[in-house]
Amino acid sequence: MTDRLPGFNTLAIHAGAAPDAATGARATPIYQTTSFVFDDVDHAASLFGLQAFGNIYSRIGNPTCSVLEERVAALEGGTAALAVASGHAAEFLTFHTLLQPGDEFIAARKLYGGSINQFNHAYKNFGWNVVWADSDDPSSFEAAVTPRTKAIFVESIANPGGVIVDLQAIAAIAKKHRIPFIVDNTMASPYLIRPFEHGADIIVHSATKFLGGHGNSVGGLIVDGGSFNFAGDDRYPMLSKPRPEYGGMVLGETFGNFGFAIAARVLGLRDLGPALSPFNAFLILNGIETLPLRMQRHSDNALAVAEHLAGHRKVSWVSYPGLRSDRYHNLAKQYCPKGAGAVFTFGLKDGYEAGVKLVSNLKLFSHLANIGDTRSLVIHPASTTHRQLTDEQKTLAGAGPEVVRLSIGLEDTQDLIEDLDQALAAA
Amino acid sequence: MDHSNYPNDYIRGILNSVKSIALVGASANPARPSWIVTKYLLERGYDVIPVNPGIAGTELLGKKVYGSLAEVPGPIDMVEIFRNSEAAGPITDEALALEPLPKVLWMQLSVRNDEAAAKAEAKGLKVVMDRCPKIEFGRLSGEISWQGVNSRMLSAKKPVLSGKGFQKLGLNRP
Repeated sequence: MTDRLPGFNTLAIHAGAAPDAATGARATPIYQTTSFVFDDVDHAASLFGLQAFGNIYSRIGNPTCSVLEERVAALEGGTAALAVASGHAAEFLTFHTLLQPGDEFIAARKLYGGSINQFNHAYKNFGWNVVWADSDDPSSFEAAVTPRTKAIFVESIANPGGVIVDLQAIAAIAKKHRIPFIVDNTMASPYLIRPFEHGADIIVHSATKFLGGHGNSVGGLIVDGGSFNFAGDDRYPMLSKPRPEYGGMVLGETFGNFGFAIAARVLGLRDLGPALSPFNAFLILNGIETLPLRMQRHSDNALAVAEHLAGHRKVSWVSYPGLRSDRYHNLAKQYCPKGAGAVFTFGLKDGYEAGVKLVSNLKLFSHLANIGDTRSLVIHPASTTHRQLTDEQKTLAGAGPEVVRLSIGLEDTQDLIEDLDQALAAA
Repeated sequence: MDHSNYPNDYIRGILNSVKSIALVGASANPARPSWIVTKYLLERGYDVIPVNPGIAGTELLGKKVYGSLAEVPGPIDMVEIFRNSEAAGPITDEALALEPLPKVLWMQLSVRNDEAAAKAEAKGLKVVMDRCPKIEFGRLSGEISWQGVNSRMLSAKKPVLSGKGFQKLGLNRP
C-alpha cells in the first residue's frame, strides 16, 4: 500500500497549508514579524547550525512564505522551494548558488527582456558570462557548451509570447554534459507545463505573474527538482565543499535531494537578502488556490482572441501556439495540451507607429509592463520592455517594431474582441 | 516491503515504536550529518547510543560511545546504519547476532543493501533503506515544511505541538 499523490486542484489549495498549530486559523496567517523567539539557548544553537527545522528571522525564512514554498514545490513536483522578493531575485540566487567568477551559462535568446538585461549587464559584475543560444535549434546549445558551462537556462513558454521550447531536446544535451537545466516556468505555470517531467533540474518563477495572478504582488520562487547530484561535484563548491559559514558542513551531502534549495536559502538569501514579504506571500497563496481555473480560462480566452486577430485585415501575423497553423502548434500539443497560455504576440501591417497608436486607443486593455493578471494587458515591446536592446537584439528576441504583445485576462472574450476591433480601426 | 516507496504509516509506526537507537557510524564532528541526526533524535526523546570504534569510550552529546553493537549494554530497538552500502552488510550481520534482536534495521539516506535487508526481514525485523530518520520525522510532523521542503503530506487537522515552544511538532498529526 502506498500513499496516493493528491491531484493538482487539491494540491493548489492544500499543499503546505495545515491549520495553524497554535490558533487553528484555517487560512494561512500572515506572520508579519521579523523574528521568532527561541525555546532556549540550545534550540537557538540548533537552528543557527541548521541542525533543527524552524524559524529564526524572516530574511532567512518565514512561516507564511514557507507555505508558499511547499505549495509551489508540490505543484511542480519538486523536492523543495525557496520564495524570494521577485522573479529576478529567483534567477539571481539560482545562478549565485551555481556559478563562480569566470563561469559561463547558456541561455535561450528568446527571454523576458528584463532577464536579457540581467544576464548581459548585471551579471558581468560577478564575472558570470552568458552565452546565447537559439531555443528553436537545440543543437545551438550543444555547440555552446564549454568546460566552464555551469547551467543552461530557458523559458518553457518563452517571451514575448507564443514560443514553445522543446524542453526534452535541451534537457538531453544538459544531461549528456552533466549541467543543471534551469527552466523559467512563469508563462506556463505548473498547470500547463511541469518542466521536471521533461528533464528540468531547477525551476524558477516570477510569482508576480500567473501564480499570484491578480497583478498585486511581486515575488519569485526557486524550485529544486532534486534530480541533479551535486554531492562530490567540484564544479559546484556551494554544494560540494565544506562551507566555512556552517562549520565545515557540506550542504549537498547533508540535505540530499533538496540541498540546492537549502543552499540557495542559507548561502544566497541569508547573505544577499532579497526576502519576500509575508504579506506578498499571502496574496500569492490566495492566487494559487484558483490557478487551475484561471489558467484554463486564460488559455481558452487567448485562443478565441488569437483566432479573431488572425482574420483581421490590419494584422499581418499572429504568433499563438494554440492556433493550428502556428509553427509551434505541434510542440504545444506535446508540452501543453490543455492550452498554450495567456500571452501572445501579433504583428501590425503598419509597423511601429500603428503599435504606438493601438496601445493608446484601447479602452479595456491596460497598457502596462506585466503579464498574468485577471485583467487583459497590452504592451508594445519595441517602445517599452525591449527598448534598451539594439534593433537586431529586438528582432532576435521576437520584439520587432511591428510587434504587439497581449496578456489575455479573464473577461468575456466578446468585450476583448470589440475593444481590439475599435482600437485597430482607429490605428 | 517495497523499499523504494514506504507508506507513511510504516515509517510513522517505526518512529513511534522505538526508544533506543544504536547509531553505527556516529561522528564527533558537528558538521557531519550523523552528528546532526544524533542531536535531533536525542532532542526528540530517543535514547541514541553512538557506535564508532574510532572514538569508543569518549562521550558524544552526553552519551557514551561504544566500539561495536555487541558492546552496547541493554536491548537495542533500532540499529541505524550511518556507513556506506557495502559496510551495511557486516553491520547487519552484527545486528542480527544481538540478543534480544532489534525490531528495526534502518539504513541512512543513500545507503541501500538489499541482501542485508532480506536477511533482516527473514528474521522478522522491519527494514528501512535510503532514508534519514530526521527528514522522515520532520516530514511526518510538518516541521520540515518550515524549510520549504515538499513534505508530500496534506491535512486539514492542526499539527501537534511537542515540547515547550511552538517550534517542535509531534509525529502523530491526525
